[in-house]
Amino acid sequence: MATSWFRYSSPASFYPLAGRMIRWFAAAAALLAVAGLVIGLVVAPTDATQSDAYRIIFIHVPAAWMSMFLYVVMAAWSAAALGFNTRLSAMMAQAIAPTGALMTFIALWTGAFWGRPTWGTYWAWDARMTSELILLFLYLGIIALRNAIDEPRRADKACAVLALTGVVNVPIIYFSVYWWNTLHQGSSVSVTRAPSMAAIMLAGMLVMALAAWFYAIAVILARVRIIIVERERGASWVASLREVRHA
Amino acid sequence: MLEAQKLAARRGFSTLFTGLSFRVAPGEALVVTGANGTGKTTLLRMLAGLTAPAAGEIQWRGKRVGSFDPQLRAAVAFSGHLPALKDGLTAEENLASLVALEGSPAASDDIAHALDEVALSRQRTLPARVLSQGQCRRIGLARLSLAARPLWVLDEPLAALDAAGSALLARLLGRHLANGGLAVIATHAPLGLPEARLSSLVLNQS
Amino acid sequence: MAAALAIAPDRTDTAWPALRWAVARDVKLALRSRAELGVQLLFYVVVASLFPLATTPERSTLTLIGPGVLWVAALLASLLSLPRLFAADHADGTLEQIVLSPYPLVALVGGKIVAHWITTGLPLVIIAPLVGLQYALDEETLSVLAFALLIGTPILSLLGAIGAALTLGLRSSGSLLALLILPLYVPVLVFGAGAVEAARTGVGASAHLSLLGAGLLIACVGAPFAAAAAVRIALD
Repeated sequence: MATSWFRYSSPASFYPLAGRMIRWFAAAAALLAVAGLVIGLVVAPTDATQSDAYRIIFIHVPAAWMSMFLYVVMAAWSAAALGFNTRLSAMMAQAIAPTGALMTFIALWTGAFWGRPTWGTYWAWDARMTSELILLFLYLGIIALRNAIDEPRRADKACAVLALTGVVNVPIIYFSVYWWNTLHQGSSVSVTRAPSMAAIMLAGMLVMALAAWFYAIAVILARVRIIIVERERGASWVASLREVRHA
Repeated sequence: MLEAQKLAARRGFSTLFTGLSFRVAPGEALVVTGANGTGKTTLLRMLAGLTAPAAGEIQWRGKRVGSFDPQLRAAVAFSGHLPALKDGLTAEENLASLVALEGSPAASDDIAHALDEVALSRQRTLPARVLSQGQCRRIGLARLSLAARPLWVLDEPLAALDAAGSALLARLLGRHLANGGLAVIATHAPLGLPEARLSSLVLNQS
Repeated sequence: MAAALAIAPDRTDTAWPALRWAVARDVKLALRSRAELGVQLLFYVVVASLFPLATTPERSTLTLIGPGVLWVAALLASLLSLPRLFAADHADGTLEQIVLSPYPLVALVGGKIVAHWITTGLPLVIIAPLVGLQYALDEETLSVLAFALLIGTPILSLLGAIGAALTLGLRSSGSLLALLILPLYVPVLVFGAGAVEAARTGVGASAHLSLLGAGLLIACVGAPFAAAAAVRIALD
């Protein structure tokens, strides 16, 4: 069984497989997103203290979960790239970073819009948002390093080392930010305490999280196909692709 | 003792060479020639273990060695385009530092003797920043003779050497090969070694 | 003479001579270009002096922002000196020789990091309390500042070495290095400045300092390996 999956570890055989998978994940993501938004915007009750503004958490929280999850996945692919010296693992890690950064940015943006009507300020330096901000810097750092190195194999390995260094540091950074925040907790309302969850709200967030996950998979697979074509363009199988011949 | 099998190198998207195979026995020197950009430096860096080949393998004393292999690092003396000297250290400090780095620290007598052999005794205590390129290259030659490694990988060793310096290199190389050492040398100019000890490899534009 | 062509003796498996070689060489080189060291210290003093000018000379405000400013300035001064760690050796070809040495690269890189700390971090530990006097901090607080920097600046050198190796030879490597390393510096900043703040308010800095110490241990164990791997990647 294992050998049949390893067949897909070369860019040439993974390319068509990825192409076939995209449409299923995209469709699933669309359906789940509709379901999640229906739950979040229509079905879930209006919160007693925060009125309808709180509904943005149905985007904010799943985006934040995905931003952290994708970083770990990216680090796993980076470890595979360094350990097995495979190009495809490195390409997957390269494909994940922009989506991870986007999720982090959405989390920060929606978090700010949640903060404004609820606590009167766009940015309150609470532990979670500050950690998200640093995570965004970590993602941007990897993307910047990738862009700064011309030689693709060197970029693969350097970004892999950076991603692994980051993944080890992320728990430490989060811990230090929480520490910092609890020390300076003023009398203001704790912005880390989400409204007490009705089960339906949690269900809505989980559905949206699944939607975000499938969306991320679809987008990442699409991006890795582009990366494969770009980086393998010397190979004959690329030249014979329909997309390339008609380009 | 040094064997290369089907080596291939790529730079970016272009292939420098493929299917390169050769063998260098003790007492032999392989002279690599070719136009600029044909991959001479890349090949030498592979043989020194600095970079991994895109395909193929390298064997030292019968065992396969990858990049940065400890066996290879203990056996090779690599001389690249840059003289590998610190501006702020004197000639003798630089030499002592380099041989200590290679795991065989030398006594100061040996250092003085080695510098004498390359005609740099008077420049012993001068900082490397005031030495000429040719003089810096000679310190590199002194390092080669002091460290006494079996495999010498030299990239354009004649660059910046005058006639006396070239003769010195030829003498050191001759002695090294006579003692059973191996060498791989990339060069444009003739080395002045007996033909019997040389084999030649020419890299062409692919 | 043929015996001399034998492979270098087994003692190259040990790390200690390699560490000593790297520390001795780098410290000697740094001492011979003393002007460079002086510039970094001067940078620290100047940056720390900018904040009162930008805010207010009022004592109570200065004591509030003092710990943070003194630490951020230390971070920035450290960033200034990091590119030199590997770039100089890379430029004259010595780094290739280091990487080809039979000694463990981790030990050689570790030695360079130690030398970097001795020549950049340690002077900060000595200078910072003097600069801290500008912020009307008392002696107790300033001694905690020195101690916290003593534990924290090695972490800056260790983490910074990873960044310096990753960005070796790249365009605008200085800014890129800052972008990569500053997020990793956040815990050091939080616990380091927090320690000084705790001492200032009389709460007791031991928790912060222990956490810093733990961070130093983790960095000592992990960073040299990551930096050595990054150096090999950069030379590939």
